[in-house]
Order: sequence, then structure tokens, then C-alpha cells
Amino acid sequence: MTINPTSRRSFLKVTALLGGGLMLELSLPASAAGTEPGTLVKSSELNVYVQITSDGQITIYSGNPEMGQGIKTALPMIIAEEMGANWDDVVVLQAPIDASKFGLQGAGGSTTIPRSFDLMRQVGASAREMLIGAAAVLMEVEREDLQARDSKVVHTSGQSRTFGQLATVAAAQPVPDPQTLAYNDPRSYTIIGTSVGGVDNLEIATGQSQFGIDVAIPGMKYATYTRCPRVGGNAISFNEAQIKRLPGITHAFILQPDDRSGQASMAFLDGLAVLRGGVAIIGDDTWSVVDAKSKLKVRWDESSASNDDWPQMIERAKQIAQEGGGEVRRESATVAGVLADKANRVHEAFYQFPFVAHVCMEPMNCTVDFRKGSAGLPDIMEIWMGSQYPAQVKEIAKNMFGIEQENVRVNLMRLGGGFGRRAVHDFAAEAMAISHRAGVPVKLTWTRTDDIHNDFFRVGGFENMTAAIDPAGKLVAWDQHYIGFAHAGKRVIGSGLQGNEFSMTALENARVTQSMMEIDTPCGAWRAPGSNTNAFVEQSFIHELSVLAGRDHVEFLLELMGSRRWMSEGNINALNTGRAIDVIKLAAAKSGWGRSMPAGSGLGFAFYFCHAAHVAEVAEVSVDADRNFRVNKVTVAVDVGPVVNMSGAMGQVQGSVVDGLSTMALQQITMKNGVIQQDNFDQYPVMRIPSTPDIDVHFIQSDNRPTGLGEPALPPLAPAGANALFAATGVRIRSMPLSELGFRLA
Amino acid sequence: MSKYTLEVNGVDREVDASPEMPLLWVLRDKLNLTGTKYGCGIAQCGACTVHVNGVAVRSCVLSVAAVSGSVTTIEGLSDGDNLHPLQAAWIEHDVPQCGYCQAGQIMSAAALLSSNAQPTDADIDGAMAGNYCRCGTYIRIRDAIHTAASGNKAGERADKGAVQ
Repeated sequence: MTINPTSRRSFLKVTALLGGGLMLELSLPASAAGTEPGTLVKSSELNVYVQITSDGQITIYSGNPEMGQGIKTALPMIIAEEMGANWDDVVVLQAPIDASKFGLQGAGGSTTIPRSFDLMRQVGASAREMLIGAAAVLMEVEREDLQARDSKVVHTSGQSRTFGQLATVAAAQPVPDPQTLAYNDPRSYTIIGTSVGGVDNLEIATGQSQFGIDVAIPGMKYATYTRCPRVGGNAISFNEAQIKRLPGITHAFILQPDDRSGQASMAFLDGLAVLRGGVAIIGDDTWSVVDAKSKLKVRWDESSASNDDWPQMIERAKQIAQEGGGEVRRESATVAGVLADKANRVHEAFYQFPFVAHVCMEPMNCTVDFRKGSAGLPDIMEIWMGSQYPAQVKEIAKNMFGIEQENVRVNLMRLGGGFGRRAVHDFAAEAMAISHRAGVPVKLTWTRTDDIHNDFFRVGGFENMTAAIDPAGKLVAWDQHYIGFAHAGKRVIGSGLQGNEFSMTALENARVTQSMMEIDTPCGAWRAPGSNTNAFVEQSFIHELSVLAGRDHVEFLLELMGSRRWMSEGNINALNTGRAIDVIKLAAAKSGWGRSMPAGSGLGFAFYFCHAAHVAEVAEVSVDADRNFRVNKVTVAVDVGPVVNMSGAMGQVQGSVVDGLSTMALQQITMKNGVIQQDNFDQYPVMRIPSTPDIDVHFIQSDNRPTGLGEPALPPLAPAGANALFAATGVRIRSMPLSELGFRLA
Repeated sequence: MSKYTLEVNGVDREVDASPEMPLLWVLRDKLNLTGTKYGCGIAQCGACTVHVNGVAVRSCVLSVAAVSGSVTTIEGLSDGDNLHPLQAAWIEHDVPQCGYCQAGQIMSAAALLSSNAQPTDADIDGAMAGNYCRCGTYIRIRDAIHTAASGNKAGERADKGAVQ
């Protein structure tokens, strides 16, 4: 074994495998990874394991949770490309959750690709150089005359050795200095940029894939948990005798809220406790406990429960908008003067967007086996679950039960959707507390109603927009008042502007202020937090202004972008107006922007920058006199740099468009006296297949670094759709969902 | 509790269950056939779709006492080692994202193809409207059903990305 700490950022370790072959391990210290905008956790660390056995199988361990974003396929593709591997020889396995080996394994913020691309290339190129070194020894030829391709090292004479034949000798080769590594020319790529199917597709299509909800362990019981319908309420008593008499029920008890159940390392939670008071029911199968739950009668202490009320929030926000003021986030000195100038036309609009739920198709669930220690042996907590940050469950177990991290075993299962919901582990805290109290292994399954009522919602909010257009039709002043929400004085995630928005950086003559109202309803990260709502307001309002100025929307938008410049040179999280201009022009060209549309139909445009991606979208809608509407087609232009997996990238864009349309057209969560008013999919619908538009996607493979695509194609859909509906009907959309405005998605 | 004999994937299985227990939970908890998923419990999302006598049904609202006939789940859809053409098409089109709803999608599609070998887009929309996909894979679901129906092989994917 050799250790080569030549780089302060990372080091590679090589190990000879016992049965022949090599194992390469790359470690990145936590301090080097740091925290970047869009990252949900406060630190990160990445380790990669690649193994080549003498039979030629290349096994890559994927450390990140897979929730449909395709990372389990994309990262190994990068390694395989640089190695010169044949993708058919690659097997991808889910790595165990082990902070000492794999660091804080997470998925969120569309950050994995930009964070990992260079490291994956380094691992692949190092393996390739060691395999070439081994071939030079075995074939007694010069390294310079060797090339790795198709899982072989090939000599200029045509003779070759397979990776499998080389692996054992390669393990004795020196690990290359990362500074000396040369990378393959992107024009020669055979894997990166192609369409590769998800590595788990066969298991999924045959029903073999194991999600958290599918776990079964010996002696396992099934559990439900019922919380107070109003957040902050706790159980005093319940019809215990009646519940325990029901068939198939073995235990029923009250759990008190636990202040120690926070996740300090989850930035947006800031240590917020996640175990809320309620009633646990345990029994022999899921149906028995779900049925018993429906017969539960609980007396709640609601003395400190939520009073949140959505209609009242709307009224208060309108008042605040009228009063003005708020905390100043950005201010150009001239805004007030320009707005007061009688020569200019001033336009004001109040926008509103609702709270929405995640509704992952797999309801929250967690299986826990707590085993009490005896005879000097420690307590053990073993956990099976789908999670975006599985290692954080160990933190909760330590805080709540004092179990040391090494005695908490987390088995990461495939996630039946994440979208930010599985960054919070309230359901795991419940399952741990239930198994700990009952002394039996339990699988806690939330009903869909539990899942909707107890979400960490996408926060709703309001923006009061004011702008001035000069006599020449130019935007000359912009005044944006964000009215959002805070809990315990801290702005909740997704509320307010992040700081890298167009209006916060590139727009001249702008003022941005914010006012925050206090709420108790829990909020969390929801696919493109903040961006998914601000895009609707910003890009709809810019369209309003272009209409007021009598100008073409795209031409107006391009003028606002101004000269081609990067707002912070070299920073992928900063808007680059040149890239913005390119995607705007491409989307316009591909959609046939500017063509005349038949009556009852229209085109709508939007651009947004977030998660290091520049995305423009054009929606084409048709609508009848009764406000039945269809989005017939969406044209998308995306710059995320070079695309790693074309099939995965296409899927993410298509899914984001569908998700964006589903949300804007159909979905809202409302609360009345703290109680969530939507119980199931009949009251909180998800878009169905007949409403799906054609989606035409175009990628600009710029020299931008490759960046993530789980989120950024979603935000532009709502404003593009709303602007198209305006073009078709003359009705300006300033709130979502459309169903509340009488627009019915056909 | 009562005893029921169910024919599931061609095999008679005996289960003890309360009569009102939905078939979904019998399959998942009693028979360990977890490919069939729970999504809503009110027949809104289709994740629990199975076949009873070849007809697609939502197993979350069908009580075990009301099951009459042979039950097929995703685990029993393929013919031995040969994938059902829909399963092969699902892989070819790289349909799944999170994958949770896909067993229900495939079961609904299989029922469609057994009664309509060459469905149009409108036929597909009609038969598949009961199945949610929260990840939004609907375009590929439609393409995969057409592929399975026509026996077409790769190379005709409608949704391939264009690179500038």
C-alpha cells in the first residue's frame, strides 16, 4: 500500500485486493470541500472507491443517495470515461453509510456534479495511468506507446491486455501525482455526453428494487404515529384501552416531544427539534395499525399550538405591501427619484405564491431495530431508510438516546422521491423513539395524510413589485418588496432572495427590501428553494413591463441583460449575462418566438439563473372561453456546461417541466388555525399523463464547468406558462395555483 | 381473522387476514411481494396497481374478501427469465427516475396492451391517467408503451436531447 499525499486537497490510496486486483480510494478532507451556496449541509466530504478485479469487473461504490436524480449513474460514468473503461464492465454498488470512510453522504442543492466532476476525473485518470504502467511492465514496452480504451490497454502494435489481466500488477504501480495527470480530450469521449440508462432500471422494472418502505427484518412489527393536527400540540391522553383491544395491535403509547431531536448540521434546520408529541400504535401488519389509527381519539394540549391561517397571512401581507418599508437588502440611491419622476410610467403589482407539499410518491417511513446492550455490550440502533443525508440520523440517535455513532448503523435504501423532503429526519426520530420505547424492531409508515399534514413545506409568500418605464420604453427603476416568513426570528429556507438573483446583482437602479412574518408551520427545502417562487414573480413582472413599454418580451429581456459579463468572475454560482443571452436567444429561435398565434393560444417566455445553471423556457398554451387550458409544448434551452449523461439530463428537464406545471396549475397547501386543510391526493392533486406537454430540450455545451440539473429547469416554467396565458387571454396571472383563478388544466 | 386462498402469480397462497384488509397489504406484509406500492390508500395515484383476472385494479381499495380470481403483480409479469416487452421498453427508454411508481405504471400499461395491442397516444392517456408519476416521466412512459406495442428496437427515442 502506498499513500501519496501530494495534493493538499485530496489524496489517493491504492490497495492490492486479496483475490487479485486493485482498489483505489480517493479521500477529500472535509475542510477542503467547504460550504457552497445551494449546499444544505454545513460541511461535506467525499470519498470514492473503485475496484478492479482480475476477472475484469470494475466496481464503483456510489456514496450518494439516489432519489431519481441519477447520480448513481452519472458519477461512475465520469470515472469510467477517464479510465478508458467499457461501460458494460462497470457495476455500481451503493456504498455503506460510514462517515469515517465516505464522509457526509448527501444529495441536495444540485451540487454533486460540480463538486465531484474533477475528483471523479482524477480517480479515473489515476487508475488509467496505473493500468498503463502495469501494461508497460508486463508487455515490456514504452508507456508512450500505450493507450487505455474499451477496458483494455492497447499498444501501437495492436497487442493488448485487459484491465482484469493488469489489475494485480497495477496495484503495485506508484499512484500518480495529480498535478501530472492528463485528461482525455472531451471530443474523444465515449461515455460522458452519451445516453446511459439508470444502473438500477432492471430492478425497478421488475419490482425488485428495495425502497425504505419495502424493508422487512426478523421479528419486525408495524407502526403508525399520530401527531397533533396543529403543530406544537402534544398528546395528553387517548382511548388506550379501546385501541389495544383492536385485532393485531400490540402496543399503543404517547411520545412526548424531544428537544434533543434536532439536526444541528442541517443548515436550514439549525438544530430545530423534529420529534413532535403524539401517539404511537404498533401491531402485526400495516393495515391493522392504519385501521387502529382511524379509530384513535386523542386529547391534545394545544396551549402552544400553531394558529397559522393562510387567508389571514394574505391580508397581513397586503397591508405590509401598502405600508412599504422593510429591511433593505440592496438599494441604488436614485430609485426613489426615478420613481417620483412624472415623465416615467410607474407600474405596481402584488404577487402571491402558496405553500406546497413535497408528496414524494413513497410516503415517509423508517425501520429501526433498537437492541438494548447487555453484559457490558453497548446499545445498538440499526436503521433502514431513504434519506438525502443519512449520516445525520446518527446525530439524532446520539442526541436522543446517547448511542455512540459507531453503534448506530444506517442502511440507505433507494429513495422514492426526495425533492428536499428527505433532508429532514423527523420520521426517523419517531421510528427510533418507538423502537426504543417498545423494545421491538418496527417499521413506521406514514399514511399519505400524515405525509401531507406533517411536511416541511415549500414556503408561501408575496412580492410587491414596482417599476418605472421611461418615455423611450426602458426600465429605469425597480423596487422589489419581498414579504416572506420567519420562524423564531430566523428567515425560513426559501423565503426572501438568496442574493445572486438578477435583481440583486445585475439590474441597475434597483431597490430590494424584505419584511418577514412569523409562522409556526414547518418549512423546508423544496426543489430549487426560493428560486421556484421568485422566478414566477420576477419573470412575470418583467413581461408585464415589456407589455407596458409596448416592446417584444425577448428583446426587452436581452436589453436588461446588457453586455456579456460574469457578475463574479469564475464563480459558477454567479449569473453570467453572456450565457443568459445565449440560452434566451436559443429558446427564442427553437420555439419560433415572434410568430403569430391563433386566437386562444399564446407563447410565453421566461429565463432564470439558479444552481449554477442558465435556463430559458418558452411555453405554448391554448385556452378556451371557460378557462380550460393546455400547455401544448415547452421549449427549453439549458446551459449546465458539458452534459454528463444525456438521458439523465433530459429526464431531469422533462421532470422539472412537469413538476413546475403540476405545481403552478394544481397545488396549494392552506392552513386554518394551524391545521393543514389538504388530506390526500383528491385535495392535493398531482398532474397526470394527459396534461403532459411536448418538451423540446436544447443543451448548450459551453465551457462552463459541468453543473447539476436536479432543480434549475423548474423555476422558469411557471412564469413562462403565466406569460403565455396572458398572451392567449389578456389575463395577468399574479398568484398560484391557477386552479384558484378558475383555470383548469386539461 | 379469516383464512383466504389467493392465486398470486400462478401460485395458490394461503393467508390469515381480516376480511377488510386491502389486497395491497396482504401482498406486501403477508406475502412479502413489495413490488406493489402504497401511495395514497384512496385509489388516486395508481402505485398499487395489480391485475385481477388480467384487469388493472387499485389494490389499496380492494379488500381481500372481495378478491375473486387470479392476481398478478409486477413480480409475476415477466415470463420466467424473459422480461415482459414493457419491462424491456422501460429499460430501453430509461423511464425510471425515483422508480417508486413504475411498477404500477407497468401494470396499468400491461393491462392496456392486453386489450389494445396498438394504442394511440389518446388510448395511452386514457389508460394511464390513473397513475401518478411525481418525477414527471410521462413522456418516456408513453414512448415506452409505443415501443413495447410495436416491437420496435432502440434508436427511435423521441426525446433524445439536442446539443448545440
